[in-house]
Amino acid sequence: MGTYFKAIDRFAAALTRRVIANRWLVIIGAVLIAGALGSGASKLEFSTNYRVFFSEANPELQAFEELQNTYTKNDNFFFVVESASGEAFDRDTMAAVEELTEAAWQIPYTIRVDSVSNFQHTYATEDDLIVEDLVRDAEGRDAGFLEERRDVALAEPLLRNQILTANGDVTAINVVLQYPEKAFTEVPEAVEFARGLRTDIEAKYPQLTIHLTGVSMLNNAFAETGMADGATLMPLMFGVIFLLTWLIIRSLTATFSTLLVIGLSTMVAMGTAGFFGVKLTPIAMSAPIVILTLAVADSIHILMSLRSLMREGLGKHEALIEAVRINFLPVTITSLTTIVGFLSLNFSDSPPYWHLGNITAVGIFAAWIFSVTVLPAAISVLPYRVKEKQGTEWSVRTMDRLSEFVIRRYRGLLVGVGLPTLALIAFIPTLDFNDQWVEYFDERIEFRVDSDQAMNHFGLYPIEYSIPANGPGGISEPEYLANLERLTDFMREQELVTHVYSLSDIMKRLNRNMHADDDGFYRIPANRELSAQYLLLYELSLPYGLDLNDRINVDKSATRVTATIEQATSAETKAFFNDVDAFMQENLPSYMHAKPTSAAVMFTYISERNMQNMVVGTILAIAAIALIMMFSLRSVRLGTLSLIPNGLPILTTFGAWALLVGEVGFSVATVASISLGIIVDDTVHWLSKYVRARDERNLSVEDSIRYAFRNVGMAIVVNTIILAAGFFVMTTSAFKMNVDLGLMTILSIVGALILDFLFLPALLLFGRNKEQPEIAGDTKLLPSTA
Amino acid sequence: MNCTRVMILTLVAAVLLGTAGAVFAADDTQGFDIAARSDRTDLGFGDSDVELQMVLRNAAGQESTRALRIATLEKPDETVGDKSLVVFDTPRDIEGTALLSHAKILDPDDQWLYLPALKRVKRISSSNKSGPFVGSEFAFEDFTAIELNKFDYTYVGEVACGDLTCDVLERTPRYENSGYTKQVSWVDQTDYQIRKVEFYDRRGDLLKVLELKDYRNYKGIWRAHTLSMSNVQTNKQTDLIYGDYTFNTGLAENDFVKGRLSRLR
Repeated sequence: MGTYFKAIDRFAAALTRRVIANRWLVIIGAVLIAGALGSGASKLEFSTNYRVFFSEANPELQAFEELQNTYTKNDNFFFVVESASGEAFDRDTMAAVEELTEAAWQIPYTIRVDSVSNFQHTYATEDDLIVEDLVRDAEGRDAGFLEERRDVALAEPLLRNQILTANGDVTAINVVLQYPEKAFTEVPEAVEFARGLRTDIEAKYPQLTIHLTGVSMLNNAFAETGMADGATLMPLMFGVIFLLTWLIIRSLTATFSTLLVIGLSTMVAMGTAGFFGVKLTPIAMSAPIVILTLAVADSIHILMSLRSLMREGLGKHEALIEAVRINFLPVTITSLTTIVGFLSLNFSDSPPYWHLGNITAVGIFAAWIFSVTVLPAAISVLPYRVKEKQGTEWSVRTMDRLSEFVIRRYRGLLVGVGLPTLALIAFIPTLDFNDQWVEYFDERIEFRVDSDQAMNHFGLYPIEYSIPANGPGGISEPEYLANLERLTDFMREQELVTHVYSLSDIMKRLNRNMHADDDGFYRIPANRELSAQYLLLYELSLPYGLDLNDRINVDKSATRVTATIEQATSAETKAFFNDVDAFMQENLPSYMHAKPTSAAVMFTYISERNMQNMVVGTILAIAAIALIMMFSLRSVRLGTLSLIPNGLPILTTFGAWALLVGEVGFSVATVASISLGIIVDDTVHWLSKYVRARDERNLSVEDSIRYAFRNVGMAIVVNTIILAAGFFVMTTSAFKMNVDLGLMTILSIVGALILDFLFLPALLLFGRNKEQPEIAGDTKLLPSTA
Repeated sequence: MNCTRVMILTLVAAVLLGTAGAVFAADDTQGFDIAARSDRTDLGFGDSDVELQMVLRNAAGQESTRALRIATLEKPDETVGDKSLVVFDTPRDIEGTALLSHAKILDPDDQWLYLPALKRVKRISSSNKSGPFVGSEFAFEDFTAIELNKFDYTYVGEVACGDLTCDVLERTPRYENSGYTKQVSWVDQTDYQIRKVEFYDRRGDLLKVLELKDYRNYKGIWRAHTLSMSNVQTNKQTDLIYGDYTFNTGLAENDFVKGRLSRLR
């Protein structure tokens, strides 16, 4: 097997010689290939639909699509109108609401507009059923009329706390849209119009403040946040890398060559994504940041070797060949493990994470190729000199001190590092999943600010139930309606619930209207025929766009009940679902049982769905990486041992997060596989040097630890700093999932450094006696390079 | 000198305006003439009676059927609307419910509904009845006799429609509270019947497409027997499938009064 690795060595050296001989061809060829692949980036578009976060197979998505096909689509704009007068029903505010209601029909793809002004008010006059807009021509009305209509609105369960606050101070206009879903410009087009409307109305009625939110604004926020991140994070990232590379290598040539390598790698990755038709999201947009961060590591390893080789007196070309030769295998292995980690993101339930994983995998692959071709070619073309230094560097001295400390205190370290690690891991069960889409965005994003304001007055998270009746027309059965009323009442009693929209309220109102507005008849009609015929009469009286087709299915065998809930954690939301479910089991006939659905429900379960899928993905990734470690270290025992410094940092990260933050969004599911591929690099570098010392130099465990620290310790520290800096840039994203992912990755990288430096050597020392007899067996398998 | 120039300019302007006016006027009349010619093929049917099935389909593919009868009394005067009576046969819980309608040209129609469960007639007092008819994709105004003078017409052009050639007309409602900003109708040049209508919502976007098929001739009076309305925005669809028409069944004015509603069965 040793010959096998020597063959790789020879290949790497020969490759670099060829590269240097044909350096211009390599550079121009790489730029052309990257340019050709990179041209695909022009095909990239930002997704403007939150549904992109859910795979086709997601059961909550399927249930919601079914509901929307049965009734109507649920995309909306929600305008919250606040008047300085503190009274929604003053003449000016009503005039503005009327105007906004009318104008909202002009928003592209609008199919329905609901407000206090166009609410279909019904009342009886002799044998007439009068159906009219609740407020029309507000400007020409006297205060008495407005006050009367205000009382009607406040008493109306369909309006109170949904379209009008219970004290009548703030009102809202809900606009329902149905997008053809043919172009990504649809949502931005509608949003631009809606924003224009808000600006116009605010200008005309200066006493008003209008907050604009709703699912369409959410969808738009995903695209806007991704674009904002792209505009701020990318330049910042390039700046950070430029600075770090220059600080570490102190050479403009090296810095420029590194930027060329990582720039080309990112182009290839994003271009390939474009050719595959990837729809960009803020999550997929973090791929270039990750690629830049990880790609720079390959170059840094080669450049650091190059520098020390040149300091030892080698000429530039010889040093280049040697630097690539000794780094070829570690760079290959670390690239491979990182690619495996990112590819395992394909197990996620959320397509944006597939995109992040695949784009990054392509980028890492490109960075691997370019690091061993373009980098040496560029360095050989450009002027590059290294000042020879005298004496041992402070970095070597620091590492020597560290290794002595570890060797002397290994028993204490085993306990001192091991116990806190176990303690942190014990906190993992306290971690709560929490996904609230409003909080995905930070306060720099308009959607977050407007939604926060809107939530001061109204709930924003609708939960839909399609409640089946007993067969076609069954919704008119008194039993069904009575049960529906009980369910509605139960939901209204729940603390989270701000509003419930239910057919039972409409039926009670119609029954009263049909009996000369006698309040004694404000109840469910006595028989099925009455209800069916009232409904027929009511439907014949409604204007375009305000029908009941979004509430009752075609054969009148089910109606839709919408409970709107206020800001609540996923756990509270699930508790509400369970309460409703228990109520149904106990109080409703079985044909009426229904499951909740809606975008809010989908997000409530998104963490669990991703967690379930990612557990498999992560286990497979761990297994694959352990195999790669065993193969590269030529030792089953050390490969297995490497699981500890590879696996523990991730677990401690979750524990630390549980302790410090307490809750996570669905990005947590992906942290493990992303971190794993990255932190394993440190272990590869450290252990491969340790093994080389034990094998090639036949050193003792202690001396091998000293050797490993001295030769690769500083490179690992530098690597950790670069990675931490890169993921720190990610934490400046306006998208919380990226911030969390960045922070958790930093935690696990730093944790990995601590464990690799303090715990892994302690373990090796602890097990050294048992290790002695085996070492002979292992020796034959040791690689000659690593 | 100056004066002459002004006169010449005025003259040119007048000629231009005049020509333009004449062109528009010609178009207007042509559109109206075609619509009128189509409307008048219906003239003299007297009264009719027909049974039909209304089949509703939502985007999920679920279906529901209602059965109804429509009796119509012709008002030959084009400035007065026809009278109609719709009686529901199924679903059973609305059996016997009857809608009496006196169409108006520009004012909202007068409508009364008899509710057998309540044994009362209720007048539908809503100025805006542009909503869907019993949950279907049809508004009441879409499938009852279309009154010529409810619209202004513009001639658009002619296109092939199936085996026939159609004149395409754009018609804009002259009455208030329509759900539509405009409709585009296809009238064939052979039998002068409406083959297709597109409905545009208040934003001016295409909302629904109505196809009128299976035309049959009853001694000179044409009737379509399948009306398919597709909502292109919500992907819902409603078909009206008519049985055979009977004409001149002896219906009279006093069959179309409120008082008769409760004695229909």
